[in-house]
Amino acid sequence: MSDVALARAFTAQESAAIRGDFAILARSVRGGKPLVYLDSGATSHKPRQVLDAERAFYEWHNSAVHRGAHQLAEEATDAFESARETVARFIGAKTREVVFTKNATEALNLVTYAFSNAAAAGAMDGVEPALAARFALGEGDEIVITEMEHHANLIPWQELARRTGATLRWIGVTDDGRLDLGDLETVITDRTKVVAFTHVSNVLGTINPVAAIVDRARAVGALTVLDACQSVPHMAVDVVDLGVDFLAFSGHKMLGPMGVGVLWGRYELLAAMPPFLTGGSMIEVVRMEGSTYADPPQRFEAGVPMAAQAVGLAAACDYLTALGMPRVTAHEHALTEALLAGLAQRPWVRVVGPVDGKDRSGAVAFVVDGIHPHDVGQILDDAGVAVRVGHHCAWPLHRRMNLTATTRASFAAYNTVAEVEALLTALDRVPVVFGTEV
Amino acid sequence: MDLYQEIILEHAKRPHHAGLRDPFNAQVHHVNPTCGDEVTLRVQLSGEGRSAVIADLSYDAVGCSISTASTSVLTDEVIGYSVEQALSTFVAVRRMLTSKGADSGDEDEIGDGVAFAGVSKYPARVKCALLGWVAFTDALTQAGIDISATSAITSNTISSNTISSNTMENS
Repeated sequence: MSDVALARAFTAQESAAIRGDFAILARSVRGGKPLVYLDSGATSHKPRQVLDAERAFYEWHNSAVHRGAHQLAEEATDAFESARETVARFIGAKTREVVFTKNATEALNLVTYAFSNAAAAGAMDGVEPALAARFALGEGDEIVITEMEHHANLIPWQELARRTGATLRWIGVTDDGRLDLGDLETVITDRTKVVAFTHVSNVLGTINPVAAIVDRARAVGALTVLDACQSVPHMAVDVVDLGVDFLAFSGHKMLGPMGVGVLWGRYELLAAMPPFLTGGSMIEVVRMEGSTYADPPQRFEAGVPMAAQAVGLAAACDYLTALGMPRVTAHEHALTEALLAGLAQRPWVRVVGPVDGKDRSGAVAFVVDGIHPHDVGQILDDAGVAVRVGHHCAWPLHRRMNLTATTRASFAAYNTVAEVEALLTALDRVPVVFGTEV
Repeated sequence: MDLYQEIILEHAKRPHHAGLRDPFNAQVHHVNPTCGDEVTLRVQLSGEGRSAVIADLSYDAVGCSISTASTSVLTDEVIGYSVEQALSTFVAVRRMLTSKGADSGDEDEIGDGVAFAGVSKYPARVKCALLGWVAFTDALTQAGIDISATSAITSNTISSNTISSNTMENS
């Protein structure tokens, strides 16, 4: 983290150059107002380099990968597998441990279905018993998640519990928006088979203490699954340093295309896992009586894959690498600090989540006294400021905070302090419009 | 911005007929899964079928100014009227809300409902304005009223599943 501490936010000149790569940032909305896009937590924009890479794939190499022996098929396969190498390098992983999925939701479902599919007759044949046992889930076993999960890392585990008879438990959230680690020893126990949690809350921006949770999970022999959707786009992530067993993220939140996500898993675990989606590409030998399956990662990539999107995602990794992840982090941190400071000056606004910049990322949720977030978002939208309103697919977290919804601003590398100011200026209209001025 | 008419803000601040009351023939609970807004609504009828009069419409709602105000206007526009009249008001309101700005509403037909004409230009907010109205038609159904003719009249505009079909952003 020391290089992050030393890294600088982008200069005005650098910011202008970055923004020049994102054509959409030059458009106006709502009758000529410049777009101020503060909703990158939902999806980020994509730089020309990513779009060019996708276009180049379609215009020059397009072919179904892992099929055919013609030149285009070779080139397409090479492009797809090179993309896997680039993505792997970006997160410090081995190439064969990177599985392309359609999004992070599918990646997380893939893991949950490994558990329930493992219970089927013959599914774990040939797998070392001790390894197979790690995926055996039934009554008396427990799955642990947290109360701040996005529905994508919540519903699949609820469903897995329902299918297997295992019990779902969760780590609570404190009033200031951090995980309540006081419960760690009582929630994660010898009965726990898997612990799934988010690296960074998509609502609160909280950066969770991965090491403490992983240490406890390891001590009881549980597998760990990290939802890294809100961390990989914003900070240097190294799967080896994190020590988790699985990690999932989506491409579209990290300047990459929609339609591609990643599941990273330790190879020995992936190799033990039965397939999720089945069909072409994921097979080894197919007979009418039964079939055998390819090694990971192909085992989990049934059907013609999203090669162009994977290539685009690799271009996004290259783009972020060129910017320098420590600088991306530093830049977004500066924006977050500026927003938190601005909000703190407005007593009628309450930040939901950590109120200072410590262990916090650039998703800032807040509520305005007496005004529904939909109405807040509408006033901001009228000024061209795009934020997210609602429960942000984290309904239990909102319930825990005694809220039905929040307004959330979230940053990416292309945002500027001027945009934070635009948000604050637009926000000042809210009490005026709704007559709640103090 | 023409969305927040004074009349909407007034209804939102001081919603009419708010609170749950007895007696009631039917109670429904509707949720907007996108934002978590909720309304619990009770209808009390006097009489039978579509000529029955809506004796009371009471509710408990958590929502934005648009949904709160819309439910408030709903009660003004249907309490004391026959089911037949209330459904025709509903159809007119729904037609306006789903017109994408083309239908500015008829004050004689929908009263304060015309203040919501601006909502139709904001597709994401149409479901806010419809939350109470859709709950109301559901409550009528629960109370044994056949509203299928109402759906048929408007099948070319929008159906009562708008609420759920508009929630695709709710990942």
